[in-house]
Amino acid sequence: MKSIRGESIFSYVNVIVLSLLSLSTVVPFIHIIAKSLSGETYILAKEIWLWPKGFNFASYEYVLSFKQFYISFSNSLLITIVGTAISMAVTMLAAFPLSRRSFPLKRAFMLFFVITMFFSGGLIPTYLVVKQLGLLNTLWSIMLPMALAPFNLILVRNFFMSLPEALEESAIMDGASNIRILAWIYLPLSLPTIATIAMFYAVGYWNSFFQAMMYITDRGLMPLQVFLMQLVTNSKPGDMAISGGLSEITPESATAAAIICVVFPILCVYPFIQKYFVKGVMLGAVKG
Amino acid sequence: MKTNSWALSRQKEVTKGRSVKLLKYWDLFLMILPAVILTILFKYLPMYGVIIAFKDYNLMKGVWQSDWVGLQYFHELFAFDEFPRVVRNTLMISMMKLLIGFPIPIILALLLNELKFVKFKRMVQTITYLPHFISWVIIGGLAIDMLSPSSGIINRIIEMIGFQPIFFMSDESIFRWILVGSDVWKEAGWGAIIYLAALLGINDELYQAATVDGANRFRQIWHISLPGLKSTIIIILLLRIGYILDAGFEQVLVMYNPTVYDVADIIDTYVFRVGLGSMQFGLTTAAGLFKSVIGCVLLILANVLARRMGEEGIF
Repeated sequence: MKSIRGESIFSYVNVIVLSLLSLSTVVPFIHIIAKSLSGETYILAKEIWLWPKGFNFASYEYVLSFKQFYISFSNSLLITIVGTAISMAVTMLAAFPLSRRSFPLKRAFMLFFVITMFFSGGLIPTYLVVKQLGLLNTLWSIMLPMALAPFNLILVRNFFMSLPEALEESAIMDGASNIRILAWIYLPLSLPTIATIAMFYAVGYWNSFFQAMMYITDRGLMPLQVFLMQLVTNSKPGDMAISGGLSEITPESATAAAIICVVFPILCVYPFIQKYFVKGVMLGAVKG
Repeated sequence: MKTNSWALSRQKEVTKGRSVKLLKYWDLFLMILPAVILTILFKYLPMYGVIIAFKDYNLMKGVWQSDWVGLQYFHELFAFDEFPRVVRNTLMISMMKLLIGFPIPIILALLLNELKFVKFKRMVQTITYLPHFISWVIIGGLAIDMLSPSSGIINRIIEMIGFQPIFFMSDESIFRWILVGSDVWKEAGWGAIIYLAALLGINDELYQAATVDGANRFRQIWHISLPGLKSTIIIILLLRIGYILDAGFEQVLVMYNPTVYDVADIIDTYVFRVGLGSMQFGLTTAAGLFKSVIGCVLLILANVLARRMGEEGIF
């Protein structure tokens, strides 16, 4: 293939544009990491760009000195692990019947789930239901209402439908029950999809904060995002007086350190799951 | 084999009737049951709960026993000083996000599709997807930090060029652009995935034929890539129109402050503040219902329109 002059100019411009875009995504994170590790004087003098100056961990010590941080961290961890487990079980179990061609009422059930994507009762009626069920001030109030995402259900169903039918037929001939077919044939074949959907759910639970703001008033049950929000919005909360021994801290570096602490678990998991989820989503999406 | 067993079961159905047919699938029903229960509890019960928009809701009496008030709350709502402002803000922010945030993922997908270096392509994708997975609380925190007039990196640059620092977060004329910008920053990369998937589905031979005919990259994008994306673009556009009254609840909640309520207060944040803050359940449910109904109507209209244009639509 002949390479025309205009072609290569286009390629260069394209690479430059996409590089700038990537940089604009990465730079804020690098800046905030640099800030969280920098000394007070350099922050006040506004000398921090992308590299820390006056390197120290004082802001992290400060954030990690809050008992509330550990309480909130374990709450968020619990919500994420238990919530994701529930979500995955419910989603996989429901996606299987919906992917059966022979299942009667398949369309009716699909409509039943899909309607909830387009119409909702809204904030107050949902709040009242959660209250009526006695879930206020429990972690269930965060996990149960977001346990099933119709969108994820559709992705899994579409993936199941793309598996070859012959597999299932031979299993039926061997006398396997539906639950066996799901557990022994479908699940092992759909690991990338499972990883993808689990990541979606887990991130949703880890990031959830407005449910907590509505349903949870007990500080002992407060998840990490709400803790962070309080730290970010009022940079000097009353009970967080900066002690003399920790003079290296500014409100900015404290916020920066808190942001890194909250985002860190996602950054740890992301690279490993990331390669799966593009494939997972595409497989689910292409076959409408 | 499949058709055979299907025909057999079909025969049984005819002889034994419908209830037996359903019984035959009892295990499938059992499998779908948890999802159905959760959906009824947390999606359909609240839908039923919207009747408190027409009732004088009383905590003691509950939803059913409270007295009917008819359309009183809707009259109150539309007569309210703040309501038109809140609706206008919602529409403005949403439209700005649509105009800017809708084409960018398409352009991004087209650019990514033109990349020949697979490693670089994968790196750009990995990086640009990332913000999608980070909460608005964190992105709000990042934005507040970056845009701070005293210590923000952006104001440092502005000062270096020789201008006065800008109070981004409390400037009414800029705040909406911050909402739009941070929304694009968070979701553009992720939004490109679905278009990339559609681009992968385009037959390579089309591009080869176009190259033989002497079409350059832009002509190829214009005559092959874009038409290939057409139906995906229409579906995404439909969805966006259906959600036009969702201007980004969590985002605004995290980023706004009383100085910009005038331009940033949307229906959702208003419902949240007034509804839970001053316990005006009936009034705020009416506001929420207003939003849901308009959204639904828009979605149905958009779908009808798409079908008229010869596309499949969403439903």
